Amino acid sequence: MTAGDADPPAAPEATWTAAGKGGGWTLALAGDWRTRADAPAVALPALPDDSKDAPLAIDAGRLQGWDAAFVAKLWHLLQALPRQRIALDGLPASLRALLELALPDAAPAATPIKAPSRPGRLAQVGRFATAHGAKARRTLQFLGEVLLAFGRLARGRAQMRRRDLFWQIDQAGPRSVPIVSLVSALSGLILGYMGAAQLQRFGAQSYIADLVTVGGVREMAALMTGVILSGRIGAAYAAQLGSMQANEETDALRALGVDPVDYLVLPRVLAMLVVAPLLIAYAALVMMAAGGAIAVVAFGVPAAEYLSESRDALTLPHVLIGLLKGTVYAVLVVLAGCRQGLDAGRSAQAVGQATTAAVVQAIVWIVAAASALTVAFQKLGW
Amino acid sequence: MATTPDAAAEALVRVEGLTMAFGKTVIQHDLSFEIRRGEVFVVIGGSGSGKSTLLRHLIGLQPPAAGRVRYGDEDLFAADPEAQARLRRLFGVMFQAGALWSSMTVGENLMLPMVLFSRLDAAERERQARFKLALVGLPDQFDAEPSTLSGGMRKRAAIARALALDPTLLYLDEPSAGLDPPTAARLDELILQLRDHLGTTVVMVTHELASIFAVADRALFLDAQEKTMTALDAPRRLLESGPPAVKALLSRELPT
Repeated sequence: MTAGDADPPAAPEATWTAAGKGGGWTLALAGDWRTRADAPAVALPALPDDSKDAPLAIDAGRLQGWDAAFVAKLWHLLQALPRQRIALDGLPASLRALLELALPDAAPAATPIKAPSRPGRLAQVGRFATAHGAKARRTLQFLGEVLLAFGRLARGRAQMRRRDLFWQIDQAGPRSVPIVSLVSALSGLILGYMGAAQLQRFGAQSYIADLVTVGGVREMAALMTGVILSGRIGAAYAAQLGSMQANEETDALRALGVDPVDYLVLPRVLAMLVVAPLLIAYAALVMMAAGGAIAVVAFGVPAAEYLSESRDALTLPHVLIGLLKGTVYAVLVVLAGCRQGLDAGRSAQAVGQATTAAVVQAIVWIVAAASALTVAFQKLGW
Repeated sequence: MATTPDAAAEALVRVEGLTMAFGKTVIQHDLSFEIRRGEVFVVIGGSGSGKSTLLRHLIGLQPPAAGRVRYGDEDLFAADPEAQARLRRLFGVMFQAGALWSSMTVGENLMLPMVLFSRLDAAERERQARFKLALVGLPDQFDAEPSTLSGGMRKRAAIARALALDPTLLYLDEPSAGLDPPTAARLDELILQLRDHLGTTVVMVTHELASIFAVADRALFLDAQEKTMTALDAPRRLLESGPPAVKALLSRELPT
């Protein structure tokens, strides 16, 4: 697109000149405006301040070369101006056609578009609060829907298939065993090792059994299982339901007259109610075994003594409290996953966001529930 | 299920003074029309004119800002849950991308509505599902996973699923969007066959010109500028004597 191949490319130039009588301005373009890797980019000069509403023309008689980046620069310069002020006839035909395509037909609004002003501190707090208030309301609404679904289940009118329940039990239970085993064993080791290291200073190694048993059964098994499930189950549920939402699969259920909460959430919550106590009991057993192994092998506590100490420490209230806490955490994980999944937007990115939100929400809920339950049981003296 | 000539004029669905809005932004106001038994009724209009939203109102997914959607004498959104469940049995829906439940096989997709809403035994359900798949030209995909199907096959399977409970009315959201022309043409043919042989009333949202002229008995035009319906007639008549915006849409010319 050079004007003449014989001329060596000249440096790009652009100047505004007043055209005298009519008060118009002309932008004279010269040289080669193609972007070059070895030369810095050249900007077009801004419109002269005193041009006011004067007509503008462009003289491209000495323009030797141009490319898309140059058109963009020219467009940027002209786009805020009323279209009728600008005469494009001085431009090469193809350049002119591109600009005519891109420039708005109608005159833009008199006031230039202002960047949205930053809201004040107070407004920010208000927006934050309303946004979170809306989310919290939606969560409450979801919990209400789940409760209603349980009501329908109790009356035998929930649209849930038993098959789905068994499938979910299989997904949440047996398939979680390997990771629960690993994490529980390591937690048991840490619990035993840390406890023993401290108790050894008082020559009280034999109390490791109490520490591992009570700590594992009552708190750690529940907490660790909850955290594992939030990653394994909560995230998976959010992704499953989120992609169903994105593909209109939940709409297909609704259109049929099937409540997605009945059909998708109920089997998952029920499966978790079945599976969670088993997983937590199993996690506690693995922790006790791992903690015991540390005490016996590394700290020389006689195995028989450890076992009998363990048996004395393992009372029914500890077991029940551990199971109850863990089941609460597990159900919270499922609810967080389903809530975020069913509320996901209709895009792949939204599914990812829902998954992240589900894990974060699950862990926050677990920690909040753990604190509340611990304080409650403390006050009750259990 | 063939329709008699007298029944042809009977209104299956009556939309009365329907207003659609997103929050406070009204997209369409005061739509009133009826869908007649045995016709292929097409909703056309530019992007953002509210075609898909209208469909969501018609199938009861989203209540309108104002107005009524009546099946027979009953208002879909005011009906009690039992009546609503009964009204929902009148129609089947094919969503734009098919929306087959991806955790099930195609056959299970067809049988789930029967499991939930019919008293058929397992053998009968399977027979019905296989028949519906054969009807849409997918006799061998009973055990296939939805993800293994092509776009066109997925839409056919979704139509089969919409037919699972033998509805009177079939709603199709953009059936030919994203399909190559021959596949789209075969789908149009299928739609006409369903109407002719099963007597199914078909309501579809589309902007595929070829489809509109091939299948539509009547076309409803939603005008994004006027924010209401500006025409409802046979597509050929709309092309000849409809408002300029409809003519432009149907002849693919820029509005003058």
